[in-house]
Amino acid sequence: MIKALIARIKQGYRTYPFPAKEPILPERFKGRPILHLDKCDTCRKCSDVCPAGAISFEKGKPVLDLGKCVFCGQCQKTCANGVIEFSKDYRLAATDRNDLLVTDKERKLAQALDKQSQRIFGRSLKLRQVSAGGCNACEADTNVLSTLVFDLGRFGVQFVASPRHADGILVTGPVTQNMKEALKKTYDAVPAPKFVIAVGACAISGGVFNGHPEVNNGVNDIKVDLYIPGCPPHPYTILDGLITFLGRR
Amino acid sequence: MSRQLLAIYNGHSADINAVPQLLINDFRDVIINKTNEGLRIASLFGMPQNNDIVKLIVVLADDRQGVLYLASTEVKENYQSLTPDCPQAHWFEREIAEQYGVLPLGHPWLKPIRFHNSYGKPDVWKRSHNGVKPGITDFFRVEGSEIHEVAVGPVHAGIIEPGHFRFQCNGENVLHLEISLGYQHRGIEQQMKGTPNNRLFQYMQTAAGDTTIGHSLTYCNILEALSGCSVPVRAQVLRGIAMEFERLANHTGDLGALAGDVGYLPTSSFCGRIRGDFLNMSAVLCGNRFSRNFLRAGGTAFDIETRHIEDLQKRLAAAFKDVENAADCLFTTPSVLSRFDDTGVLSKETAQALGIVGPAARACGLDYDSRYNFASGIYQFQQVPVATWHTGDVFARAYVRWLEIQHSVAFIQNQLNTLPSGAIAVEPKNISSNKIAVAMTEGWRGEICHTAITDSAGQLAHYKIVDPSFHNWMGLAVVLRNQQISDFPLCNKSFNLSYCGHDL
Repeated sequence: MIKALIARIKQGYRTYPFPAKEPILPERFKGRPILHLDKCDTCRKCSDVCPAGAISFEKGKPVLDLGKCVFCGQCQKTCANGVIEFSKDYRLAATDRNDLLVTDKERKLAQALDKQSQRIFGRSLKLRQVSAGGCNACEADTNVLSTLVFDLGRFGVQFVASPRHADGILVTGPVTQNMKEALKKTYDAVPAPKFVIAVGACAISGGVFNGHPEVNNGVNDIKVDLYIPGCPPHPYTILDGLITFLGRR
Repeated sequence: MSRQLLAIYNGHSADINAVPQLLINDFRDVIINKTNEGLRIASLFGMPQNNDIVKLIVVLADDRQGVLYLASTEVKENYQSLTPDCPQAHWFEREIAEQYGVLPLGHPWLKPIRFHNSYGKPDVWKRSHNGVKPGITDFFRVEGSEIHEVAVGPVHAGIIEPGHFRFQCNGENVLHLEISLGYQHRGIEQQMKGTPNNRLFQYMQTAAGDTTIGHSLTYCNILEALSGCSVPVRAQVLRGIAMEFERLANHTGDLGALAGDVGYLPTSSFCGRIRGDFLNMSAVLCGNRFSRNFLRAGGTAFDIETRHIEDLQKRLAAAFKDVENAADCLFTTPSVLSRFDDTGVLSKETAQALGIVGPAARACGLDYDSRYNFASGIYQFQQVPVATWHTGDVFARAYVRWLEIQHSVAFIQNQLNTLPSGAIAVEPKNISSNKIAVAMTEGWRGEICHTAITDSAGQLAHYKIVDPSFHNWMGLAVVLRNQQISDFPLCNKSFNLSYCGHDL
């Protein structure tokens, strides 16, 4: 017992004062991409190298879909004109699928819940996580939110064991054919009103598995209330998305 | 031996025609004899040919000599199953039956493993295309008035990948556990064809997302073997550092999770945080906590500078002090040890028969470690000691992880102190035609084995991935026998196997 207490003192207090203080992100971190459209000469090399098909062209200018992007940086590397630049902005979550389409420098952040929903869920949101073909990276960085660094519990958000205890589900993975039914059953078991949160490129669009006959290209059959892009999203990206959604930021 | 088997080294390629093609009976005999002599099946897979013929290719690993042996045979509708004489083949034969509809006659428990449509002719269960449902199969059943069945999953209580478990219980006592997987099947192997490109690389990074370096490095080694490219020494060192960071993060996380499963909260919460510290060290290398996009064929995509080296040295020393403190608490607390000791025992003989790999095998006293036995890359020059323990229980699997954490930290420190200068990558040439290449790396879960075959146009014609979990799931099922069902989470965590790496 004494040993555990001494260890506790040695290990120290580790919870990061987020969101009061901005997180310290790695030097090479790739966050929200910025498009410098004036430099683009429509050579389309960026879309050719993109492994996830995230870049399309509209009126001769690139549109980058954050819901598909795996943040590999190949487009930035390939573009000779410097049209695409990955910034260190970790805030990526959106409430509307169209808000994930990046066309220039502007960003559209997730909308908070309406006042009545905030009153009900703002201080207590219980989620059931469903891994529907996820590679265990999104799962791991969702799990890590409950550790003492992020301490998700202080925002009243908690992952629960049963959908019956949950206010919503958090889905990761491209929704494989073999998980489709289990996901639907889990969703149906959550009492209304309920939320669906899609975490990671796979859950939003199928990610790099988009188009495989074995997957359903992400969460399609049920309405998604919050999209958190990334491959996998940084824990602060997920945390920011959740608390912005709850009107806590 | 030379007539029946082709010997190659890890990370090398050979002409596909040089692989001896045996008659099925000779093929069986050679596998059974060699595994009896102590070799292991590293990979065994089917490859469709014309006219309903399926070519079977085996990769046998000789840990003592550090040599891999290849052989092949051709089968049509069926062949005499290997499993009764060679239990290691159990899972592989089920896979071949599901993918290509080749029936292994006399297989003791032939069931689908991934629940997908077969590739080509109908599978051996005559399931119709598009009528395949996950988990719909026979399950072993114990009958009796005091017997009850517990079914868990695919959606589990925690944040964890999906799988289905069926326990046959007498009270608290588990008589048998059957594991049914396949829920994560994304069809990766089928897509690994054609010219190597960015997307194939992304598949390898997400084959098992917690083993990004393990699988993508093995893939890079395959491409390097096929194109005859030599990786610069600085890149080899950087790859080794990334590999050991991956091991450190996961092993530390596992110690924390094991502590949590026996209700010992100090180590559980400390290690949950320290794991993140190791992930953040990977992010220093490339900006991503799971080392995404750090590697490329021919080397690495990022270099590190002096300030990164100093930063990593500082972070590593601090994190090691904390993990040492957390492990010390764990391994000296009697209530923890009483739950770890003699729980989920896997005997050395059973582990050998099932072909168990990785920390789970080393915890039974088997000294298999691809970093040592099949050294490639930096491990050829800097050996990492093989950490073993002899008891085969949860304690051993936890303790082997702790030993490996210490070895990995020492390894990285050493590499950071003596990082050679030079280039970090070379441009790989085109891959050669009509070759077979095998690459093996020791991921944190154990041996990862990839085999690639190229066609006459120099494109990838067949790609086979074996994740360590593929060998080890049966090990978990076996250790649960005569355990309390309440010990399942602890036993499960002590193996910590991959679902997606298995399902692919």
